[in-house]
Amino acid sequence: MGVIMILYYLLSLYLVVILAWNFVREKKSVNDMILILLVLIPLVLRILRVK
Amino acid sequence: MSAPNDSAERSPRFAKPLLAVLFAALLVAGGRPLYRHRHDRVPVVPGPGVTRVLRLSDFGPTLAGTFADTDVFVLEGAKPGGKALVIANTHANEPEALLAAVVMIENAVVEQGTLFIIPEFNASGGRNTKPGDGYPLYFSIPTEWGAKRFRIGNRDASPLEQWPDPDVYIHYPEKQLLSYIDVRNTNRTWPGRPNGPLMERVTYAAMELMRREKVDVAIDMHGAETMFPVTNCIVAPIKSSKIATLVSLTVKAREGFDNHVEPSPANFRGLSHREIGDYSDTLPFLLEAPIPFLDQPTGPKTERLLLDGRDPFLLRLSRAKKLFVPYDEGGWPIARRVGQHCSVSLEIFRQFTKKNPERAIAVAGIPRYAELVQNGVGHYFHDPAKANPKALRYE
Repeated sequence: MGVIMILYYLLSLYLVVILAWNFVREKKSVNDMILILLVLIPLVLRILRVK
Repeated sequence: MSAPNDSAERSPRFAKPLLAVLFAALLVAGGRPLYRHRHDRVPVVPGPGVTRVLRLSDFGPTLAGTFADTDVFVLEGAKPGGKALVIANTHANEPEALLAAVVMIENAVVEQGTLFIIPEFNASGGRNTKPGDGYPLYFSIPTEWGAKRFRIGNRDASPLEQWPDPDVYIHYPEKQLLSYIDVRNTNRTWPGRPNGPLMERVTYAAMELMRREKVDVAIDMHGAETMFPVTNCIVAPIKSSKIATLVSLTVKAREGFDNHVEPSPANFRGLSHREIGDYSDTLPFLLEAPIPFLDQPTGPKTERLLLDGRDPFLLRLSRAKKLFVPYDEGGWPIARRVGQHCSVSLEIFRQFTKKNPERAIAVAGIPRYAELVQNGVGHYFHDPAKANPKALRYE
């Protein structure tokens, strides 16, 4: 795995953490919660090296 | 202490846990089939002609341990002679190539010369999927002993192996600007380089194989849309065109199917039929069989369409003369496509041998077009359950 690819994985991980934290902090809008989870799906699948 | 108004604005108490559970369920339900596809293994029974199995990393060490490394089956004849390389699954969504390669591996016996067969050239692409186009993940070929299942891969390597894509792919070494996605397309990354992106290393290793082993003939098997002009043909550069023309005329006269010759464009870089010839002494040939499954204006992309090539929309387009191949209610069954690849490959060996008797390549045991159409592809696959487990290979 090249350096640039490792950086992209780190970027993805950072986004997952930020999004997950936003999900935890979101108290009111169910729509926002759903949107956060939808955005998370491809990032989590990439980090798990599934897709 | 929260005000009464605040609690009224809050989401229902169980909304977040419920959504989290749904998210996890969606991840598992969607991810599990993709994970299983990526790690699926197709057993191949090496036939009596297989003398050795190498790895592509033997010719490009940086491939070792990656998903891009792949098997190279070697079939050596009793008598020395010429050498040929057969490549399949350059594009893993064109399965006639893979099936023809497996038919060869399981049945061919080389009498003179050496045959190298790489059934899963873009091994990463063979484990990649194309869900956005609604492709099924697998297809099965019926045999006398049950169904043999294969993966449907993608045209390009998986981003899990090579990521990110550039904005524009600058071909090496010709510096031609190609589409960004072609950096993962092993029919745009020839001749490759030892330290480039992973798919360039794959093609570089194959070039090294051809250069070190002094391979005379390279055959890269594909499938192409019926609405694409470069289909049902042999693509050849000038150095291969005499043999390609003789092959085209011979299969038409003797076996009754068309396979015209298309010239390899000199200014379109990265393709096997261009770069193999330009960067080695090997004569390259790229075979295209029509595959209606890849055409855009079809019905659903089902396993049945992949195998029988029958589609009512293409039939209407054929009547309007919009296709580049003959097309009727019979479609383009997989047996015809595999049969064409087998017959054209055998004819390339024969015509090469006629021109170069001191480098003869004589291969027996590979069925020809008529036999495959009559018996079906599955007839030529051997039961892995009855094979020596130690000899089995998994692709």
